[in-house]
Amino acid sequence: MAEKMATRQAYGKFLKELAVTNKNAVVMDADLSGSTMTKEFKAVAPERFFNAGIAEQNLYAMAAGLAHSGKVVFASTFAMFAAGRAFEIIRNSIAYTKANVKVCATHAGLTVGEDGASHQAIEDLALMRSIPGMVVVNPADGASAMALLKAVAEMNGPAYVRLGRAAVEPIYEDDVQVEIGKGIVAKEGKDATIIATGIMVGEAMKAADMLAKEGLDVRVIDMHTIKPLDEEIIIKAAEETGAIVTAEEHTVIGGLGSAVAEVVAQNCPVKMKIVGVQDTFGESGKPGELLAKYGLTAEDLCAAVKALK
Amino acid sequence: MNIDPADPQKADRDKFILSKGHAAPVQYAAMAERGFFPKEELLSLRKLGSRLQGHPSMKMLPGIEMSTGSLGQGVAVAVGMAIANKLDGKDGRVYTLLGDGEIQEGLVWEAAMAAAHYKLDNLCAIVDWNGLQIDGKNEDVMNVKPIDEKFKAFGWNVIEIDGHNMPEIVEAFDRARACKGRPTLILAKTHKGYGVSFMEDNAGWHGKAPGDDQAKQAVEELGGEW
Ligand SMILES: Cc1ncc(C[n+]2csc(CCOP(=O)(O)OP(=O)(O)O)c2C)c(N)n1
Ligand SMILES: [Mg+2]
Repeated sequence: MAEKMATRQAYGKFLKELAVTNKNAVVMDADLSGSTMTKEFKAVAPERFFNAGIAEQNLYAMAAGLAHSGKVVFASTFAMFAAGRAFEIIRNSIAYTKANVKVCATHAGLTVGEDGASHQAIEDLALMRSIPGMVVVNPADGASAMALLKAVAEMNGPAYVRLGRAAVEPIYEDDVQVEIGKGIVAKEGKDATIIATGIMVGEAMKAADMLAKEGLDVRVIDMHTIKPLDEEIIIKAAEETGAIVTAEEHTVIGGLGSAVAEVVAQNCPVKMKIVGVQDTFGESGKPGELLAKYGLTAEDLCAAVKALK
Repeated sequence: MNIDPADPQKADRDKFILSKGHAAPVQYAAMAERGFFPKEELLSLRKLGSRLQGHPSMKMLPGIEMSTGSLGQGVAVAVGMAIANKLDGKDGRVYTLLGDGEIQEGLVWEAAMAAAHYKLDNLCAIVDWNGLQIDGKNEDVMNVKPIDEKFKAFGWNVIEIDGHNMPEIVEAFDRARACKGRPTLILAKTHKGYGVSFMEDNAGWHGKAPGDDQAKQAVEELGGEW
């Protein structure tokens, strides 16, 4: 099994390789290169690293300019300032024009921790998924982050990659194959399905183990791509297991749960529970404390599954 | 400042907005000193359930005028409050503290333009000119100089001081109050980690907490008791 690491660390590893393998790649940041890990690229290819300073709107607009001049651009800052601060620039100058910019946003969700609500992006998936043509991925661990970043680098066009601050337990082997737009059945099951994304995949696996002890055979799907969404795997899960719980480190409004509900409601209505941050802001605290307080633990997922059975 | 810990919402008060919200611990220390809450509460900083959030939260802590943390926004909000005071004929002045890296945000300049446009002589911004931001020196990350000329060109009254010299600071605030028809910028030259030998002018200490030994040394070097 691979080691415990934050998905942003996988991003750093990925960029270090990219600096050597793709001379057309440009990496950009907004004064957070040590935190987003873009410093790894800068260390190898300083001539292709550009710091925008604390100016996220300029960061993404400049990225569009570089992309439309033939570069593949990985532009990073915290999710709050990427999806949030620069939303309209990402929409109009990057997505609308199909610029080859990869918005790799770190420190997403509540697990930012002590910095508190102003830094906890829990709306980014909703924002990014609402933009036409935007590819939105949210890896569960280091190995799948690496695989998804490689896939994102190979495709032409805009993408949003959601990365976390805190180290997470590995789910996959290092050489895991991941395809954009194809969910992964991380565990088979027939009684209910938990569709999880990002760090909640780990919690979903724990919940499935806990529920197995109570005689419930729960399927776990890692929905690492929020857009384009793997409708087939959702419909199959609805038909075969009859109950779906979604899990995301994100508001319950507009993210994975909403996306899955859109598919389920229109194709194969079954009972659902959407587990995520209720309609509220976060606060300062340790990542684990916050996940517990805001109802994002394996126990919460077990309760959601049982409520449907 | 005209503020009252016993009545943090009083109508004619002066307001302070920490636009560089990441310096919240300093604001909390000053507020505790001024009697807004007991000093013991400082130890709850950044802990779950604390009013002392990682970045200031006006909904949690009375005396915080504006929740900040996302750089560039506080100064623009301060402009709005200064306009409101004019509109309501209130004497309260509005102060806001910015980082020198923070002024890389375009929003800061949008706000600076508006403040001069609306002749906000009741607004006083301070730039903490320590030359550093998270990724290193301003001039290596994204040059901000000349700060004074930029603000002057935007129509501001600019006063440059040594930000560690108390008489100079006090005098600058007096001069800001006396200046009519335009907002004032106090450009305060500072050193990050001033007075602590191993922290001074070192960007690496931007967001890092010292270990116990380091904290002890720092407090002693600053002339305090551990
Ligand atoms: C909009 C926004 N972008 C990025 C950050 C992350 N961040 C927090 S502090 C900081 C550096 C601030 O440097 P400066 O303004 O010079 O502050 P100081 O040196 O006074 O601490 C950055 C980039 C933020 N809080 N808000
Ligand atoms: Mg600075």
